[in-house]
Amino acid sequence: MARLSPSSLAVAQEIISRYPVARSALIPLLHLAQEQDGHVTEEAMAHIAELVGVAPAEVMGTCSFYEMLKRAPVGEYMVNICNGISCHLLGSSELIHHAEATLGVKPGGTTDDGKITLEAVECIAACTEAPCLQVNYRYRNRVSITDFDRLVDDLRAGTAGVAPHGKLAMVRQHIGDDRRAGAAPPDGQGQPAWLARNPSDAEAGP
Amino acid sequence: MSDQETSVNITVNGQPVQAVPGEWVIAAAERAGVYIPRFCYHPRMSSVGMCRMCIVDIDTGRGPALQPSCMVAVSENMVVDTTSEQTRKAQDGVLEFLLLNHPLDCPVCDKGGECPLQDQTMAYGPGESRFVEEKRHFEKPIPVNSLVYLDRERCILCDRCTRFADEVAGDPLITFQDRGDQTQVNTFPDLPFSSYFSGNTVQICPVGALTAVPYRFKARPWDLTEVESTYPNPMGDRVVVQASRDQVLRYQGVDSDAVNWGWLTDKDRFAFEAGASDLRLKTPLVRGTPLGRFDPAGQELVEATWGQALSGAAEAIKAAVADKGPHSVAVLGGARLPNEDQYAWARLAKGVIGTDHVDAQLDDGLPAHAVIGLPRATVSRACAPGGTVVLLAPDPKEEQGTLYLRLRHAIVNDGVQLIELTPRATGLSHLAAFRLHHRPGEAAAVAAALMGGHIEAGPDGAIGGVAAVDVAAAAVAIADRSDKPITVVLGRPSLAESADFTVGAAAELSRFANLLSAGGRPGIAFLPALHRGNVFGALDMGLAPGLLPGRISLAEGGPALTESWGSVPAAPGVGARGILQAAAEGRIDVLILLGVDPLGDFPDRRLAEEALSGAGVIVASELFLNPSSARAHIVFPAAGFAERRGTHTNLEGRITAQRQVVTPPGTARADWAIAAELARRLGADFGFSSPEDVWDEIARVAPSHRGLSLEAIEAAGDGALVADSSIAFAPPEGITPVPAVDAYSLRLVAARRMYDRGTLVQHAPSLAGLAPGAVLALNPYDFDRVGVEPGAVVQVISSGGEVQAPVQADPGVPRGTAALGYNHPDLDVRDLVDPGTAVTDLRVQTR
Amino acid sequence: MSAPAPPDLRIITSRFEFEDGHTLAGYERTGGYGGLRRALTMAPADVHGEVRIASLLGRGGAGFPAGVKWGFCPPGVWPRYLVVNGDESEPGTYKDRLLMERDPHQLIEGCLIACYALGLSQCFLYVRGEMAHAQERLASALNEAYEAGYAGANVLGAEDFSVDITLHWGAGAYIVGEETALIESLEGNRGMPRLKPPYFPASIGLYGQPTIVNNVETLSNLPWIVANGGEAFAAMGAESSTGTRVFAVSGHVATPGVFEVPFGTTTFRDIIFDPRYAGGMRPGRTLKTFIPGGASSPWFFDEHLDLPLEKAAVDQAGSMLGSGAIVVMDDTTDVVRACHNVVRFFARESCGKCTPCREGTSWLEKILSRILAGQGRPQDLDLLMDVCDNISPGIKWPPRQTTICPLGPSAVSPIASALERFRGEFEAYLPAAAVSVATSSGAAP
Ligand SMILES: Cc1cc2nc3c(=O)[nH]c(=O)nc-3n(C[C@H](O)[C@H](O)[C@H](O)COP(=O)(O)O)c2cc1C
Ligand code: SF4
Ligand code: FES
Repeated sequence: MARLSPSSLAVAQEIISRYPVARSALIPLLHLAQEQDGHVTEEAMAHIAELVGVAPAEVMGTCSFYEMLKRAPVGEYMVNICNGISCHLLGSSELIHHAEATLGVKPGGTTDDGKITLEAVECIAACTEAPCLQVNYRYRNRVSITDFDRLVDDLRAGTAGVAPHGKLAMVRQHIGDDRRAGAAPPDGQGQPAWLARNPSDAEAGP
Repeated sequence: MSDQETSVNITVNGQPVQAVPGEWVIAAAERAGVYIPRFCYHPRMSSVGMCRMCIVDIDTGRGPALQPSCMVAVSENMVVDTTSEQTRKAQDGVLEFLLLNHPLDCPVCDKGGECPLQDQTMAYGPGESRFVEEKRHFEKPIPVNSLVYLDRERCILCDRCTRFADEVAGDPLITFQDRGDQTQVNTFPDLPFSSYFSGNTVQICPVGALTAVPYRFKARPWDLTEVESTYPNPMGDRVVVQASRDQVLRYQGVDSDAVNWGWLTDKDRFAFEAGASDLRLKTPLVRGTPLGRFDPAGQELVEATWGQALSGAAEAIKAAVADKGPHSVAVLGGARLPNEDQYAWARLAKGVIGTDHVDAQLDDGLPAHAVIGLPRATVSRACAPGGTVVLLAPDPKEEQGTLYLRLRHAIVNDGVQLIELTPRATGLSHLAAFRLHHRPGEAAAVAAALMGGHIEAGPDGAIGGVAAVDVAAAAVAIADRSDKPITVVLGRPSLAESADFTVGAAAELSRFANLLSAGGRPGIAFLPALHRGNVFGALDMGLAPGLLPGRISLAEGGPALTESWGSVPAAPGVGARGILQAAAEGRIDVLILLGVDPLGDFPDRRLAEEALSGAGVIVASELFLNPSSARAHIVFPAAGFAERRGTHTNLEGRITAQRQVVTPPGTARADWAIAAELARRLGADFGFSSPEDVWDEIARVAPSHRGLSLEAIEAAGDGALVADSSIAFAPPEGITPVPAVDAYSLRLVAARRMYDRGTLVQHAPSLAGLAPGAVLALNPYDFDRVGVEPGAVVQVISSGGEVQAPVQADPGVPRGTAALGYNHPDLDVRDLVDPGTAVTDLRVQTR
Repeated sequence: MSAPAPPDLRIITSRFEFEDGHTLAGYERTGGYGGLRRALTMAPADVHGEVRIASLLGRGGAGFPAGVKWGFCPPGVWPRYLVVNGDESEPGTYKDRLLMERDPHQLIEGCLIACYALGLSQCFLYVRGEMAHAQERLASALNEAYEAGYAGANVLGAEDFSVDITLHWGAGAYIVGEETALIESLEGNRGMPRLKPPYFPASIGLYGQPTIVNNVETLSNLPWIVANGGEAFAAMGAESSTGTRVFAVSGHVATPGVFEVPFGTTTFRDIIFDPRYAGGMRPGRTLKTFIPGGASSPWFFDEHLDLPLEKAAVDQAGSMLGSGAIVVMDDTTDVVRACHNVVRFFARESCGKCTPCREGTSWLEKILSRILAGQGRPQDLDLLMDVCDNISPGIKWPPRQTTICPLGPSAVSPIASALERFRGEFEAYLPAAAVSVATSSGAAP
């Protein structure tokens, strides 16, 4: 499967509808394609190009700029060990070396069983919990060597409780038709109505 | 307005400079003679400030600070210092950074010798690299399309090519990919940079990252001789022609403000290959004995001397005139020649031979009165900010590439509103304010309604196939902007319908020209967009029936011209169709073909065939043997572009110089000389010994060109505009309305594509393969109705004939219409066009 | 030493102690949406006025007063947008993620207040891509807020006030935190910063329209400000650095953590050494250096410990509070490696637009790697400084730049700081032969 499936397409259309300009939906749609296939396929990029009305090369330009969007298959689990300064100070290098030895791959590589892709990443905003890592963008804080080994076992056994790579948030935003204010297109709108409000001082009191 | 209001006073390196408000510092400094180094800045594109090379000290009152001069606009009392210590250090730093990953392969790089990076490095760069690490590696040159190679290791990421593709051409098919120091330019996998304009990226690439296949490794810049010239296309694109060892190797666009802004289409840029083709004619050919004795009954064309060929032709003309009178001689073509050559042939035909059966067009353009009789616009007028352009013409992207780029820029950047009055979508449709895609043959009704005329909508609520509400809305939009210029781009949108329909629509639009120009409003003017090289020069030089040089009719201009020429034809002649008709009927004893191929190009191929069979002696002046000239009895090898001097007239009536840089192949001669020589053999001495002599005569006898000297043309940077005309536009009378399309049929639109079966394209190896295969394009909703499947090869039947073609869905084709390219290598749409009908209706069926 | 903020003086992390603080029920129970309700009883301009009075400094890094920035929208140009900067990626920075995960409704309420005050027609909440949990917490909260009538059509039943909050997320690129790159990214483009001027997206931003870009923490302060008044906010903290601020103290400290403290009155010594905060150095260790405001800021040392966490004071001392990220390094730290770590970050995160940043940061990284690999040359230390000088002329603070945005010059901070203070440690990495040359050449005239 490569183009967006009918169910992905329905989600895509809802996402596009939230933006005043369709192209703004590009990154969310690329995530959606990655959620569907585990990585972003060329067919999906071409499909997304059609959906938002740009050239496939433009989708490629955007897609290839962002680290999370993988254009080739990766393991079921991305294990991203933080190598930011705070984690570095508290032993991320040792953790990474250990991970390389345990998994038998260098950062960027995927284990032979296709389960785990190891990456050494820049700061993931858990600096007080160093050293830390993310498995498919789910945090593991203050990770010791033993913690790491247990994690790998759990991932291999499928007991880590982590969704496969590509699935990001478990909850999507959804705006019911009755609650929707509507996307505000960049042209053809005047001053918003509420700005004309001028409640009397009495009303404005606390 | 006083000077103070129109200029900004700044200081550049201590010198006071008057800058234009809003101008970038880099541009103001350059006009003042201070060149600030740059790589990413390009005056025809938006500033991106990527390379940081143009960084200089700019003081806007808060003390000098390093700022990129390509993105800081001038302001009053600004002080710019491009020589300060801190500027020098910053620029040296940027240069060093750029060189870190740039290969030092200048000796084998095509750009070596004309590379700004190399120049900067030589001038200021550090001697020895402080970078000891390994350079960035990419796979060596990759083709981004069949004409252009990209070497990503040499790329300095200036964003010029990618910006051009996106901003200028509107083909964002190459983009930046990846990030940081891994950034590269590339296409989407397996989706080449198929743009008609890709060669421009090679020209503007500041390093040797992009190279053109036809030029790669051919020459070193210092071996090139070059001249500035005008490419013989209707836009009159300004070019530099570069040659080495008497061979043209490259055209580069010249940034002419009025015309092409430095851009060229790939078709024109790479057509130089055709000029160098081995198949060019090098000696005269005559039909006759192997010794070159002319014998019209001869089976083969054999090489002959100029003497043999010229006297053969002269004798044939003399005999024809003596036998059946001057109108038994006819001249077809000449649109590709420079003005001087056209004039010489016009004088030969009309002044010496006495025939007015002369036509530079092949019944595939518009009548001369519509071109030179309507008020003429310039490209700049069409592109004036806030104005309106009505497109009553074929797709400019296919036929007038650089005009397309200018219009596109005006619509995108200068708020010009485009109203398409075309039978199908064009390359500009997605930018159009209104897309009034009418049924073939019904443009006039839409035009009338557009200009506020009351036109009854049909039962379908439409006028000519366009929803009446849309027409009404467009009419309001035009009226709302009538304080700004309205320009009609006027051409022949389809060869499958009579030109009368287009002229009729132009008449509707022009009826309101006066009304609109009342009260000081700029009103309506027309920018004719015809196909073929110097067709506008041809009309101005009188290569049309009933016309004389200088935009004057035979009747009006005859008496005056008789003084110089001795005589002019007594009665008007006929155009291409009439000439071919007469030839077919055996009434033309000498048919002269000036660089035309009626068999290949005339819309009615059967008539062309009969004409060539029925004509007595056929004389051709040509670059190549084409299907028609191969049937000639006498062939003169003609000099081509860059092989001769002269002047060119573009669609605006702008005259610019063409210059010679190489010698013609073999003994090929310029056409003016061939005409003068023939005239001499017919007893008339033109007294021409150079194209300048011819021009002097034009400036003396052609009313619209009177007094215009070559010096004046040279002096005006963008050439001289010819504006006067005494030809009156004659609205067509009594056009029979087209019948309704029946429920099972489709009405045909046939227009040219950029790459086709044309002589130049087919003789340029790099372009020959680019002509697309023929497809019959239908609106997606029509497949059900006519009962075929998209992608299938179907039988296409009209009253004119039958062909087979694949059908494809194309939402740009309105319902009820079918579109085919005009000049495909693999399918001749003329097989479907019935000359007896005003529009062409098709049936399609599965084979 | 001023006292650390007692719990009742916490403004935006007050709900962190509640398990259900992120749910609508928990939020409403603890006074949530009170600020919005109050705002709707006021004239929009008056709400803006309160924020001006509060003198709320932006918490994203630059520390520009929000109330002033809000005033930069050109008059009469509509629509205007709100873009929330939740891209938190600066090494050491860890606060916005917590605010989004633990108190998403507070941020949503802040967004609604800003939209109301300024007439912003749509809000885009740009969350860093890697923060899956923050995205789902915000998605849930938004779904709740829409259901309950706080967001979307007719906010709280108001006929005239409707605004959509669109949850958007990134895909991994630090530079997208820079506000114009954020806007590019939100438009579906590569996240490359836009040219300045215009200096503020408030004049030309998203889709070319006036756009307010504010940090998550900045906006999270609005409910409190509107509920309690700008004066009350301004009364907290220091004269010009008002309210509270959230700092993450990480690295070699006993109890790393995220702390909300009064802005401007707390000192570095307080927050690093007080047992209620980071608790001092690890046992037996001493302070070597610390980064006061995220990876981009020049490093501080012992002598800076008594500086207050106050914008002007830190600026004056030659660094910045930036994004509230304090990274502490003790005497065990290999400064060359630490320096390399930070420089590598900027090299990897350069967007590639400006030559000096694209080529310069990766060159710096390569030189440092080479030095660490024992292949340094005597001239490399001066070369490092000269490359820095070419990226940021003069190596001054605040940095001057040959680039569009400050990312490239940010790579200069760690090198300039470390090399100036710990040159010997760099030299120690040079092969023995090289060191003698380096020192002797250093001594030569
Ligand atoms: C390279 C760079 C990265 C930045 N990253 C962030 C970021 O992750 N989050 C943030 O809020 N601001 C970041 N900023 C600052 C923003 O550009 C902007 O100033 C801020 O979002 C404005 O919000 P505020 O006024 O509320 O602070 C960054 C700036 C630069 C130059
Ligand atoms: S290929 Fe040439 S024009 Fe294109 S970005 Fe690279 S250096 Fe610039
Ligand atoms: S020319 Fe100005 S930044 Fe490139």
